[in-house]
Amino acid sequence: MDLFEYQARDLFEKHGVPVLGGVVATTPEEAGAAAEKLGGGTVVVKAQVKTGGRGKAGGVKLAHSPAEAAEKAGEILGMDIKGHTVHRVMVAAGASIAEEYYVSLLLDRAERRYLAMASVEGGMEIEQLAVERPDALARVAVDPAVGIDAAKAAEIVATAGFDAETGPKVAEVLQQLWTVYHAEDATLVEVNPLVKTADGAIIALDGKVTLDDNAQFRHADHAELEDKAATDPLEAKAKEHDLNYVKLDGEVGIIGNGAGLVMSTLDVVAQAGERHGGVRPANFLDIGGGASAEIMAAGLDVILNDPQVKAVFVNVFGGITACDAVANGIVSALGILGDEATKPLVVRLDGNNVVEGRRILTEAAHPMVTLAETMDGGADRAAELANA
Amino acid sequence: MAIFLTEASKVIVQGMTGSEGTKHTTRMLAAGTRIVGGVNPRKAGTTQTFPTPDGDTDIPVFGSVAEAMAATGADVSVIFVPPAFAKAAVLEAIDAGMPLTVIITEGIPVADTAEFFTAAQAKGVRLIGPNCPGVISPGKSNVGITPADITGPGRIGLVSKSGTLTYQMMYELRDFGFSTCIGIGGDPIIGTTHIDALAAFEADPDTDAIVMIGEIGGDAEERAAAFIQANVTKPVVGYVAGFTAPEGKTMGHAGAIVSGSSGTAQAKKEALEAAGVTVGRTPSETAQLRRALHSARV
Repeated sequence: MDLFEYQARDLFEKHGVPVLGGVVATTPEEAGAAAEKLGGGTVVVKAQVKTGGRGKAGGVKLAHSPAEAAEKAGEILGMDIKGHTVHRVMVAAGASIAEEYYVSLLLDRAERRYLAMASVEGGMEIEQLAVERPDALARVAVDPAVGIDAAKAAEIVATAGFDAETGPKVAEVLQQLWTVYHAEDATLVEVNPLVKTADGAIIALDGKVTLDDNAQFRHADHAELEDKAATDPLEAKAKEHDLNYVKLDGEVGIIGNGAGLVMSTLDVVAQAGERHGGVRPANFLDIGGGASAEIMAAGLDVILNDPQVKAVFVNVFGGITACDAVANGIVSALGILGDEATKPLVVRLDGNNVVEGRRILTEAAHPMVTLAETMDGGADRAAELANA
Repeated sequence: MAIFLTEASKVIVQGMTGSEGTKHTTRMLAAGTRIVGGVNPRKAGTTQTFPTPDGDTDIPVFGSVAEAMAATGADVSVIFVPPAFAKAAVLEAIDAGMPLTVIITEGIPVADTAEFFTAAQAKGVRLIGPNCPGVISPGKSNVGITPADITGPGRIGLVSKSGTLTYQMMYELRDFGFSTCIGIGGDPIIGTTHIDALAAFEADPDTDAIVMIGEIGGDAEERAAAFIQANVTKPVVGYVAGFTAPEGKTMGHAGAIVSGSSGTAQAKKEALEAAGVTVGRTPSETAQLRRALHSARV
């Protein structure tokens, strides 16, 4: 889960990382009150969106009074930044910036450990810096069993080339950021820019944090950080049933078991679509390894409620999942839906209990259900029906 | 021979007495796996009865992995414990010096995996997974949740991140059979990589050809391509899932996310092809490519 800047700021503050005062606001009035709360002086009003480039898009504005903060918030709220509507702003205390740096801590999948990155040239797009001036971006491996202790922090600042006065201060912040990373189960903690103010203090001015969804069981408080407003209603409904669903933009609804097989099904349907008027997959829906009849029914319910869907392809290879359970799920879901089940369903079953599964569907003889012998054949038929 | 797992492998199950562990221990026994014990400190000294093709069998439950190893000579552990307890279970196996630990559990925090992977490296032991279907050497042994009846022994090695896609490919090539099929798991950090499996298949005299299945996200397939070019002489056929996946959306596996321009299925396909791997556009086309290669050689 990616956090908003204000949520990252709050987590930084909780773990002792130096930040400026910041208050989130969803209306111009709240923004004005927030500026007042921050002392009534100069503030920065920043759009809270989970994408980069908001400064260029006009989503960050300076305000010299609470009234001006409210006015600027009015301009920013509702703005569209790269497809993200701005629903909130953060009103942040102003700072006098002397220098900008970059630091981050992330998962290094290839090396199977963590990686700290730091640069004395902050503020710019880090991807650009990494490409154009790779020497300016220090990369230091971090042992997951040790983390960033004083010695590791000193190594990072030395590699990045911080001077003798700033280095120790940045090293201290790096250790605090490690606490955020470790204690909160983050997979990314990035500060860009980390700034030195005119009076020599080091402050995390903007932060990006990604939290590990798998670790939610030991972070009850992380559930509150979820942006429920941004979740697609069908995705929210799927989540209620613990279904792994991603809404896409096509006409062929897809249900399968196992992430790899479902991704592959999307590809095969997209290819079949090239032969049938360019229809595309409407979604990714993984009903998981041990799918029961109830889960199958819930999945079908989600897909059939997508108005874009014209036909559905159910592609199941029964490993732990038994095909008879899947077939029963389909039959019971169609029973519940009754006359509302107006979209054709192509079902391909193989593996565990396939004979019984196919028998159940054949006997039910639902007019909307077609059995397919193979994955490719099923994809082709579903694409054809979606194009009819 | 097969890789990682043979008919001689002695397997213990951590989490055997739980519902998932019991269900899959029954299935593994039915597939001929030599299960020599389970681990549960609260039930140490007891036995658990399982049905097998040759009648009921009693499997002893030990208090710790070390005790189980000392008593049985086990050299493989398979882990079915829930995510919150997985780290402790894996670390226990590593500390006991278990040569191979297969972690089936889905949903382990990546920080936990990073920690136990680091410990395994220090100890010089192998982990497979987490969040994987396990390893099967058909006709010899099956450790994990792969259905054992899809296909029989043969001379193709299969390595894949995904479980059901592994099953699909085993099914497509069921008339050939496999030496070993490994599901390495889709998490961001995994104990055994495509490269580890490719190296083992290259060295295995009972494997003639390799099928490698990849998916979007990360650069494991690109790294595997470079490894194949430099080190693999056996024919490799590849498949990559996720051509249709949109950027920035996670597709089930934590690893299966495309961000920016790298990690796309197209980039992976091109990297593999540049390394001399023939890459199919669908599982069935990939299987056909494997058949064509076989016919060309015979």
